[in-house]
Amino acid sequence: MSTLTSADPATEAAATRRAPAKRSGGKSLVDGTLNVFSHGFLLVWGLLTALPLLWAVLSAFKSDNEILSDPWGLPGSLRWDNFSRAWTHGHIGQYFLNTGIVLIGSLTLTMLLGATAAYALARYQFWGNRIVYFAFVGGMMFPVVLAFVPLFFVVRDAGMLNTLPGLMLVYTAYSLPFTVFFLTAFFRTLPTAVSEAALIDGCGPFRLFFRVMLPMAKPGLISVGIFNFLAHWNQYLLPVVLLKDENKYVLAQGLAALAVSEGYRGDYSRLFAGLTLAMLPVLVVYAVFQRQIQAGLTAGQMK
Amino acid sequence: MKHGKWPLLATFLLPPLALYAYFVISPYAQTFVISTTDWHGLSRNYNVVGLDNFKRLWNDEHIWNALLHNLWLLLLLPVVTILLGLFLATMLNVGGRSGRITGVWGASVYKLIYFAPQMLSVAVIGVLWTEVYNPRSGLLNAGLRAIGLDGLAQIWLGDPDVALAAVIAVMVWSNVGFYVVLFGAAMQSVPKDIYEAAALDGASRFATMFKITVPLLWDTIQVAWVYLAIIAMDSFALVQIMTRGGPSFSTDVIGERVYDVSFGDSQFGYGSAIGVVMFFLTLTITIVALRLTRRERIELS
Repeated sequence: MSTLTSADPATEAAATRRAPAKRSGGKSLVDGTLNVFSHGFLLVWGLLTALPLLWAVLSAFKSDNEILSDPWGLPGSLRWDNFSRAWTHGHIGQYFLNTGIVLIGSLTLTMLLGATAAYALARYQFWGNRIVYFAFVGGMMFPVVLAFVPLFFVVRDAGMLNTLPGLMLVYTAYSLPFTVFFLTAFFRTLPTAVSEAALIDGCGPFRLFFRVMLPMAKPGLISVGIFNFLAHWNQYLLPVVLLKDENKYVLAQGLAALAVSEGYRGDYSRLFAGLTLAMLPVLVVYAVFQRQIQAGLTAGQMK
Repeated sequence: MKHGKWPLLATFLLPPLALYAYFVISPYAQTFVISTTDWHGLSRNYNVVGLDNFKRLWNDEHIWNALLHNLWLLLLLPVVTILLGLFLATMLNVGGRSGRITGVWGASVYKLIYFAPQMLSVAVIGVLWTEVYNPRSGLLNAGLRAIGLDGLAQIWLGDPDVALAAVIAVMVWSNVGFYVVLFGAAMQSVPKDIYEAAALDGASRFATMFKITVPLLWDTIQVAWVYLAIIAMDSFALVQIMTRGGPSFSTDVIGERVYDVSFGDSQFGYGSAIGVVMFFLTLTITIVALRLTRRERIELS
C-alpha cells in the first residue's frame, strides 16, 4: 500500500488508526502519532464537556453528606426522593408547567406573526416596505438590557405584569427581529412560478400562503423554530424583570432562585436534583434530534 | 398579486407590527428619553437634567471597571473560542491521513457531546458551574486535590483575582461546541482536492490549518467573531447568576451596572444612561466588524 494511492479511504483510515506502527515510512508514522494526538485532544475536551454534566446527575442521587464529603464519589444508593423533593418542595414541577405554558404560547405566536410579516415583506411591493423591514431587523442590534426599565412599566400599564400571557407576548415581540430577518430571506428564495401557477388556478392570496408557501418554507420554519425554542427556553432576564410572583416563575428563574435558597439551607441534593430535572429533558430531546438541531442552529447563524 | 393585496398586507403586517411597536420600539425609545432625566423610582415625577447623567458616568469608576471587564470579555471570548473551535474542528474533520477530509473515528459522538452545552439554559449553566467551582464540595477543587495539585485549589468565584477568568472559562465552555459544528460544516464544503494537493506537496497538518483552512473559512470566522462579540457585550445573565458582579466588583460588566443601578438603587435615569452608552458601544463594534468583513470580501474577489 503506497502512501498516496488507495482504493478505499475508509479501510485505509481504519488501518492508520488501529495499527500506526505497522506502516512504514516517516510520513505515516507522523500521521499515526498525530492521530493519537488528535484523539487525545478530542477526548480531553469531550471529558471537560461531559464531566460537569455527569457529575450533576450523579450528585442528584447522593445525600448532602456525600456531596460535601466526597464530590467525586459515586452515590451510596440511588436516592430518588431527592427528585420528588425537588419536584414538589422545590416547585420544579410548577416551574416546568409555567415554562411549558409560556413556550407553547410564545412559540405559536412567534412563528405565526413572524412568518406572516416576513411573507408580506418578502413577497409584496408597497410603500414603506423597506422602512418596516429595517424597523424589525434593527431590533437585533439593541441589547435587551437597554429596554428593561421602560419595559417593566409598559407591561405593567398593560396590566400584564406577573402574568404568563404577558411573558408570552414579550418573548414573541423580542423574537420578531431575528425571525422576520431570517424568514424574509427564506421566502425570497422560494420560486415565483409556483405561486403564479396557484394564483392562475384560482387560489386566493390567503390560501396561497397557508396551502402553498408555508409548506414550501418548512425547512426555514424548522430552523427558526428550533432557534426560537432554545432562545425562549433560555430566557432568564426577561422573567426576572417581569415575574415577581414565585408561583409564576419559569424554570430558569426558579432554578436560579433555588440555588440561592439552597445555598443558605445547605440542601444540595435537592438543588442537584432540580438541576438534573431542568437539564435532562432537553439533553434527551437533543440526543434524539441532534442532526436537525445542529443543522438548524448553524443555518440560523450563518444567514 | 394585485387582487386582495391590501387585506392580506393589513392582516399579515399590522398584528406583528403593533406588538413589536408596543413591547420593543416604545421601550427602547423611552430609554433614550429617561436617560436625560433624574427619574428615581416608581412615581412619575422627574426632572430633565440633559446630559448630566452622561457626565456623571464619565467620572464613575465603577463604570470604567465594568467596561474594562467587557473589554477583556470582548478580547478573550472570541479569540479563545474561535481558536479552540478551529483546532477541534480540524482534528475532527481533516482527520485520517495527510489532511484528507474523512472525519476522524467517532466524530459524530464528539460533536454530539461538544454541542450539548449549547442546549442548556443560561440558568442551568450558571448554577451548574457555581457548584463545580464550589470551594468545599465542588468538582474542580476535589479533582485537583485528587491528582495532588492541592496548591491549585481556589475559592474560584470568591477570589477577585480569578473570578473573572472563571466566568470567562464557563462562557468559552458553553460556546466552543457550537463553533466546532459551524466550522466543521464550513470545512466540509471546502473542495477535497485542495487538501489533497496540500498533502501531495507534503504540507504538515498545522501548515494546512493556517495556510488553507483559516483563509478559506475566513468569512465564517468573521461571522463567528461578530456573534461572540455580541455575546460578550450582552451576556450578563451568566454574571448575574454566578457572581452578581462580585466579589468586590471583580466580575462586574456594563449590563450588570444597568441592572443594579436601575433596579437595585432605583436610579432609573442614570441606569438608562449607562444602557445608552452600552448600545452605542455595541453598535460601534458591530459596524466596525461589518466594515472589516466587507473590505475583506472586496479584496478577495
